[in-house]
Amino acid sequence: MSKEITIPIGPQHPSLKEPGCFTITLDGEKVVKAVVGVGYNHRGLEKACEARTYIQDLYIIERVCGICSHTHSTAFCQAVEELAGVVIPRRAAYIRVIMAELERLHSHLLWLGIAGHEIGFDTLLMYSWRDREKVLDLLAMLGGNRVNYGINTPGGVRRDLEPQMAEDIKTVLDYIEEQNKYYIHLALSEATLAARLGGIGYLSRDDAIKYGSVGPVSRASGIPDDVRVIDQYAAYDDIPFDAITDDHCDVFGRAVVRVLEIMESIKIIRYALDNMPDSELVAKMPRRIPEGEVISRTEAPRGEDIHYIRANGTDKPDRVHVRAPSEANWHAMAHMLEGDYLADVPIIIAAIDPCYSCTDRAIVLQDSDSGKEKIWDWQGLRQYSIDFYKKRGFDASQIKVAEKKIII
Amino acid sequence: MKRKPGVITGYAMKHLFKKPATIKYPYDKLKIEPNYRGKLKYDADDCIGCNLCVRDCPTGAIKIINVGTKEDKKFECHLDLGHCIFCAQCVDSCRKGCLAFTQDIELAVMDRKNFKVKL
Repeated sequence: MSKEITIPIGPQHPSLKEPGCFTITLDGEKVVKAVVGVGYNHRGLEKACEARTYIQDLYIIERVCGICSHTHSTAFCQAVEELAGVVIPRRAAYIRVIMAELERLHSHLLWLGIAGHEIGFDTLLMYSWRDREKVLDLLAMLGGNRVNYGINTPGGVRRDLEPQMAEDIKTVLDYIEEQNKYYIHLALSEATLAARLGGIGYLSRDDAIKYGSVGPVSRASGIPDDVRVIDQYAAYDDIPFDAITDDHCDVFGRAVVRVLEIMESIKIIRYALDNMPDSELVAKMPRRIPEGEVISRTEAPRGEDIHYIRANGTDKPDRVHVRAPSEANWHAMAHMLEGDYLADVPIIIAAIDPCYSCTDRAIVLQDSDSGKEKIWDWQGLRQYSIDFYKKRGFDASQIKVAEKKIII
Repeated sequence: MKRKPGVITGYAMKHLFKKPATIKYPYDKLKIEPNYRGKLKYDADDCIGCNLCVRDCPTGAIKIINVGTKEDKKFECHLDLGHCIFCAQCVDSCRKGCLAFTQDIELAVMDRKNFKVKL
């Protein structure tokens, strides 16, 4: 008779270098139930945004995610521009597209390396991260930093793209294209890769719709869900490209979608560089944003990124809400894990390209007795933690803690 | 396409005879792009003390202080490198062009107090 055992994977878990707890119930080697526990990385970004001006918020929003910082700031800027009724200059829109696609290049190359690492194919990790460095150098050249580029500003972009930079970008693109062709050849001809990734983390088209998956996860299930196509923003309406889909519905499909998207991004950047119009870089923006509420969305490397802003007529927003793409993809995770083997868990988790700190937005406490929502102040939380540890044989009440001053 | 294992072996063997992609920091220095956002520099002569940089700073890292008298103003810029996120919004906000970023990126110190610098 089989006996089920439950093991926790995480919060310090073997898959990625961020905290998340997966409670896996196993029957032998098979996962029968998985519970996803995120919420270790709540940083209170949205609340911090309410206390700062729109310009200051831009830099907080940019730090929602370390990898897709540009897409978050684009979504935020678009929302503010929409509220203020400002149309950004065309050249600024093109520069935003170029940055977004370079970001997608480095994000997908990063994912390719991580996926290789998770399945023990570290040679691939070394090569794809070596290539990613070249893209990061380009981003540093354009924006002034490797990850937080700081190129967006409400009303346009902060820096121009010089002709010499365009030449440098094209040189690197040629190199990346050549390398990526080799990776595609590798994905299609390497027997171990297909055997290791094929058939695991299965998410059918119907399930992808049911769980609301976005980005490469939904595109690998055959849904052409790409905000760049369905709700065009910046300069994507001018640029011809295709949304990449695949019908494998598994981790192999997600790898194929990402590798082919790298080719598509290269095509978009080349077109944008050749057809970039000359114009101003920034449109005049008022400091006080008129009253109203707006939703703005962009296609992050991980999927659809949604920003909501409610303005109250001052220079500070009334409410900012960020729905990062990783958050949408977590819902299908338990379904994807169930039925697979324990050894497949890390790569299935890594296949959605999760970003934990992007996910954690708000905590709602529910009373376990009544099931109602509950609000705790600082003292209440402290008392709870003392009682929690007392039950486990550790008395924390004697530890002196400085009075918490909440700075908003 | 016929699938077989170990396809990357040939490619990997070739790289045994190539130069490493990494550099030996700190003996070899990274190439820092001319518009890289490093430590700020401040030109007090043109500063009018409008405090726009202080207003726009997301972390409150920059302070402009008048050390002269009310009539004969003399400004000083104090920066907390521990708080600065090197976004260079102050450079954009400054209308007189007093602030600029440099390519100085090696800013680690042993004591936290040394983060507070006068520019």
